Amino acid sequence: MSEAAIRPARVALVGNPNTGKTALFNALTGSRQKVANYAGVTVERKEGTVVTAAGRTLSVLDLPGTYSLRARSPDEAVTRDAVLGRLAGEEEPDVVVAVADATNLRLVLRLILELKAVGRPMVLALNMYDIAQRQGLRIDLEGLRRELGCPIVTTVATRKRGIDELTARIDDLAAAGALSQANAWREPDAAEIRAAHREAQRILKAHVRPPERPDTVTGRVDAVLLHPVAGLAILLSLLFLMFQAVFTWAGPAQDLIDAGFAWLGAVVGGALPDGLIRSLVADGIIAGVGSVIVFLPQILVLFFFIILLEDFGYMARAAFLMDRIMGGAGLHGRAFIPLLSSFACAIPGIMAARVIDQKRDRMTTILVAPLMTCSARIPVYTLIIGAFIPDETVGPGLSLQGLVMFGLYAGGIFSALAVSFVIRRVFWRGAVEPFLMELPTYKLPSAENVLRSLLLRAQIFLSRAGRIILPLMVLVWFLSTFPGPPPGATLPAIDYSFAGMIGHALQPLFAPIGFNWQMVVALIPGFAAREVAVAALGTVYAVGDAEANVGALGARLAESWSLATGLSFLAWYIFAPQCVATLGVVKRETNSWGWMLVMFAYMTTLAYLASLAVYHTAVALGAG
Amino acid sequence: MHTLTAEAKAQADASLAGCVRLSTARPGDRGVIADVRADHTHEHGVDAHELERRLLEFGFVEGARFELLHEGAIWKDPIAVRLDDMRIALRRRDAHDVWVRLDGQ
Repeated sequence: MSEAAIRPARVALVGNPNTGKTALFNALTGSRQKVANYAGVTVERKEGTVVTAAGRTLSVLDLPGTYSLRARSPDEAVTRDAVLGRLAGEEEPDVVVAVADATNLRLVLRLILELKAVGRPMVLALNMYDIAQRQGLRIDLEGLRRELGCPIVTTVATRKRGIDELTARIDDLAAAGALSQANAWREPDAAEIRAAHREAQRILKAHVRPPERPDTVTGRVDAVLLHPVAGLAILLSLLFLMFQAVFTWAGPAQDLIDAGFAWLGAVVGGALPDGLIRSLVADGIIAGVGSVIVFLPQILVLFFFIILLEDFGYMARAAFLMDRIMGGAGLHGRAFIPLLSSFACAIPGIMAARVIDQKRDRMTTILVAPLMTCSARIPVYTLIIGAFIPDETVGPGLSLQGLVMFGLYAGGIFSALAVSFVIRRVFWRGAVEPFLMELPTYKLPSAENVLRSLLLRAQIFLSRAGRIILPLMVLVWFLSTFPGPPPGATLPAIDYSFAGMIGHALQPLFAPIGFNWQMVVALIPGFAAREVAVAALGTVYAVGDAEANVGALGARLAESWSLATGLSFLAWYIFAPQCVATLGVVKRETNSWGWMLVMFAYMTTLAYLASLAVYHTAVALGAG
Repeated sequence: MHTLTAEAKAQADASLAGCVRLSTARPGDRGVIADVRADHTHEHGVDAHELERRLLEFGFVEGARFELLHEGAIWKDPIAVRLDDMRIALRRRDAHDVWVRLDGQ
């Protein structure tokens, strides 16, 4: 008996989106969480553990939110398959916890009826119960429990209320063991959905008394935030604020990280004997790790805003406001979030495209996401703009350099819209998917949940992007170090290396767009990650520690490139698909080498054409 | 052809007398969902029955009270609808399949 009592149990959290399911997951498992992927699909698998008062270890899965087990997106399919025990490499859950927003029971009741048909032991967690009580909503818990035939626990996840009782009820069910009934679930047709709604309506009427003081805040806030003019103005101001923050808040932290790794490289380099090992450790590995971590501040700042707005309930409003604007270009309103994330890095952006149900909408979003100016391009832009664009003001508070930077961002956005327009009109004509989305009630985000989500993003970035960038940095170090220069060499060592040979060999291809061989050489390491091109330019132009010494490198470039070449290089970087990590993620998310190659081909073509046009226009205007 | 048949069928249906499609409603309009029917006449990415099921899953079900709260800035699209106690955003083209009886009619 005691052995049975401590047998670990698997628990799955299921519920509608916006019910505080993740907050409940956090409250249950705290810091004992890990994130991975489900086998074969790219849906994030969030699992955590908690030990009940009786000493049973529960491993809790936070499943993607859904309105129905009839899945319409890869995320929802995971939820369905996990609940049904059909997921490859996953065992079926011993207990299902249905998470409901106590103030919004209608739709979740229908989902609960579906879950009941699956026949697994279930606990209903009525979350946000404090809000329900504040609104004077009366729920007859005993009646509801009898009606649904499962224990009910009231919780306030953000304040960790009801958590012990929830684990106790899960423990009860797990201890009773083998309660699962035969699965009677199958995909419902329209008539069955209607019948389930009627049943849910009946249950609601019998056991829930409508709130005496319904929430009026959401309605009043929406009157402003969804206003056709004021709403759009606020959205644009928010975006502006986000970008300001990404640059101004992240900047000092990035400088600190840069300086820290430069110091570390110097100290470690000094301790090692001169030679290959020192070069590998200091220039290859330490510089490589630094080049990954330096993006963390920007990613954290951007995701801080995204998570905050998401938890507040604003993201759905942003999608509402943007839908027609995006829709004009053939994009789904929800593509707004992945595309916004792509400003930090296309990798989380492409991964965020999972929120789009429809395959075609998703594909279009994935294909254009890398056109949004990711933060890895910023060092390249900063370097080239600093070197070639005069530091002048063209009006009150308007710097010419800032204006060019803005133009590059606008160029990326415009081309993303244009490309998706073409994809929609030429390749996938006609088929427009439905756009249905809940506008959740506004809620104050909880600091702890924002922090946890932020840490999760950081972890995902470091483990996924880092794992790809670091070995590539070592490869790039290898290509630019071997073979070493012959004795008595006068040119920079890289000129004699494999990278130099490749650069020289490819240079004729790039001559029409004004690139010299040094630039082509820099493009090769730039393939590992766009920002590495800066360090690589520093290497080919023999400017030591280029990333910390952008001024010196810029001056060197300004001497050796024409303005036309500089502008051509900028145009190239608007489109350049030079990021192995992005291509890798596209391959994984689309599960196809074909889509990855399509993306690589179209972006390279656009980059080449854009550079060609910019270079020749500039030369014709006398900037050659 | 298809358009005419669907429209004619709906009009001929006595239970829909006095009803309008949700896609034609204006902000401030309120009433009751009268019918959700898979007869959409637009070219659509999903088949009509799939759209019907999705509308139902989001709570567009006969008898639910609705109020049109907001509309987008461009072409007055999409629309935000209060449905009983929730808020749902959808495009007018998807709202086409939802028939509503407006209050006071």
